Amino acid sequence: MKTQFFPALKLTLLCVLLFAFVYPLIVLGFAQFAPDKGKVTFVEYKGKVVGAANIGQKFDQDQYFNSRPSAVSYNAAGSGGSNKGTTNPDYLAQVQARIDTFLVHNPTVTKAEIPSELVTASGSGLDPHISPKAALVQVDRIAKIRHLPKDKLIALVNAQTEKPLLGLFGTEKVNVLKLNIALEAVSLEQ
Amino acid sequence: MNTEILGVILTFILTVVCAIPLGKYIAKVFGGEATFLDTVFNPIEKLFFQISGINPKQEMTWKQHLTALLTINLLWFLWAMFILMNQGWLPWNPDGNPSMSADLAFNTAISFLANTNLQHYSGESGMSYLGQIACLTLFQFISAGAGMAVCAMVFNAMKERTTDKLGNFYNYFLKSCTRILLPLSLVVALVTLFNGTPMNVEGKASFISMQGDTVQVSRGPAAAMIGIKQIGTNGGGYFGVNSAHPLENPNYLTNIVEVGSIILIPIAMVFALGYYLKRKKLAYTIFGVMTLGFLLFLIPSIYLEMNGNTAIERMGITQQMGSMEGKEVRFGSAASAYWGIATTVTSNGSVNAMHDSFTPLTGMFTLLGMMINALYGGVGVGFLNFYVFIIIAVFISGLMVGRTPEFLGKKIEAREMKIATIIALLHPLMILGATALSSFIFVKNPEIGWLNNPSFHGFSEMLYEYTSSAANNGSGFEGLGDNTLWWNISCGIVMVLSRFLPIIGPVAIAGILANKKYIPESAGTLKTDTGTFGLMVFAVIFIVAALSFFPALTLGPIAEYFNGFRV
Repeated sequence: MKTQFFPALKLTLLCVLLFAFVYPLIVLGFAQFAPDKGKVTFVEYKGKVVGAANIGQKFDQDQYFNSRPSAVSYNAAGSGGSNKGTTNPDYLAQVQARIDTFLVHNPTVTKAEIPSELVTASGSGLDPHISPKAALVQVDRIAKIRHLPKDKLIALVNAQTEKPLLGLFGTEKVNVLKLNIALEAVSLEQ
Repeated sequence: MNTEILGVILTFILTVVCAIPLGKYIAKVFGGEATFLDTVFNPIEKLFFQISGINPKQEMTWKQHLTALLTINLLWFLWAMFILMNQGWLPWNPDGNPSMSADLAFNTAISFLANTNLQHYSGESGMSYLGQIACLTLFQFISAGAGMAVCAMVFNAMKERTTDKLGNFYNYFLKSCTRILLPLSLVVALVTLFNGTPMNVEGKASFISMQGDTVQVSRGPAAAMIGIKQIGTNGGGYFGVNSAHPLENPNYLTNIVEVGSIILIPIAMVFALGYYLKRKKLAYTIFGVMTLGFLLFLIPSIYLEMNGNTAIERMGITQQMGSMEGKEVRFGSAASAYWGIATTVTSNGSVNAMHDSFTPLTGMFTLLGMMINALYGGVGVGFLNFYVFIIIAVFISGLMVGRTPEFLGKKIEAREMKIATIIALLHPLMILGATALSSFIFVKNPEIGWLNNPSFHGFSEMLYEYTSSAANNGSGFEGLGDNTLWWNISCGIVMVLSRFLPIIGPVAIAGILANKKYIPESAGTLKTDTGTFGLMVFAVIFIVAALSFFPALTLGPIAEYFNGFRV
């Protein structure tokens, strides 16, 4: 062990240099050419930053397309899921309560039309997306509050729907923040 | 066909297609042959060895390999403890995060040293930028490199000759880090970076949301860490929720690349063995057994997650996307289940969905992946675990057909068998012993507040934590309140024993076998590269590993499935 000690120590220090300084610096160098220089892409509305493109935010007012429930109420300085087991009775009561609340706010929607992602919390607590179906199910409510024609809102959701990768792989989704910004724009036109 | 299913099929095919040439490349690196990266790395490595006073050509015995491994790991442990316990006042801490307590630092240091990356802290609030890079990212390279170095020694020992000279530990270690891990991590880091993962030196950003809430956004040097945490079967995420975080894993493309990198090197190592020993058929047999086990866990898990939570189904809503608690819309159920299985059959442990919220049987399959811990397995060490199962299978089948048990021309005798059996039994002992102890404490002190879920699932949370520690995996049923003295210390002990004993055992076996007389193959030799032998290994794995855990699984996920999920 004694003969190994100093070579091991020196090699360790050199590894610190290579992997804790040189490697991160190379990536940091490339970051200067990445979108927004690797400092997170923010989204502006009316000249003010209102969110980050990839990070979900809380939308629970009736005038907006709502985002998913979050176990950390969309705290982007500390992510987290609910970590509830599928059969936990307290958790199931919570989901039931979310369903009931949704039905109160969306009286024209039947229970069988509610997609589960609107009443379950995401893994990160910062999910920026909902499925197109979860957006469409909210159209009636928003049309009524904003006095907008339903067709226009449906067209809006369809325009904001992101297709699977290459149209073949993965899920269809809608970025809730971008959808709501587009919604505000449509409302202003009216 | 369903685009979610197509997505996971594409991911698996891409991974295997990349793993074959990578295996060839790894075999060349271990064999000391010329490769296309020589011009970059030859001078760097030469300089490193010169300064350190290491002669990379000086061959070591298996005992010297182990001494070198343990010495350098001890140094790394001290380095980690220093940084973690002092990061609060050390430079580069823009968010002002605190230093770790001694027990949390112990747990974290062991965890990253052992290539486990179990995290009892949350990255956003528990680590400084210096800690993330100079401790955690560094360890993700060197702990993976150490595992690969040991594996290279075992490959060397399997050659057809009699010797006690088995290559140089430092040489294998440094080359694994520079020539294999570094370039691959850089590729993954850049893919995530250009898709929206942050890489900067600034502190939190802040904005006022559309609804008027003030929101702070954690960021920092994430992309560099994400590259190596996926490639080196480390799994320790930059952000608390790991690759479920929209900055850590921004879209489906990054998801394919990240989940592909989890099993890339573990598969490539198997092909590397084939090229290195010029026994491709043996490599295909091993790959076949591993893939069979992988698919046996994967297919039902994808089905179950896409099918949804039956308890929610009974509420009368639609689960078009499957069971979505703890999952992200941009990945969907299939890709989340795929990641869950890929990360547990290897010893990666990064996640893109919360495993605590998987349906009960998917939870069981993730547990089984870690309990077996050799279907692909960790970089380097995964093969060592499989090697132990091969030795046992050779011995048992030798007895069954009445031939001397031989593996690659070396007789397997009592001493090797004893070591192999001890190593195979160590894993259940660690997991079940520690879980039993914790369950006892919990039952005696029900107010202790560890568990986030009642009943069977609560038991699964404890079982998962120790299984993950013993498999050096690092994922968790994160509902467990694990940053306490008990969990930090007990998991730390399980991790360190389960890292080093399963390395020492196979290294000793391989070293002893290499020193034995080589017996050329004859008509009386048991063939180890056939489908029959593959099935034999598969049976041994399931009897030894899976069945020893069956009673515990019955108390956890299986009981949960029949009580509440499947009424």
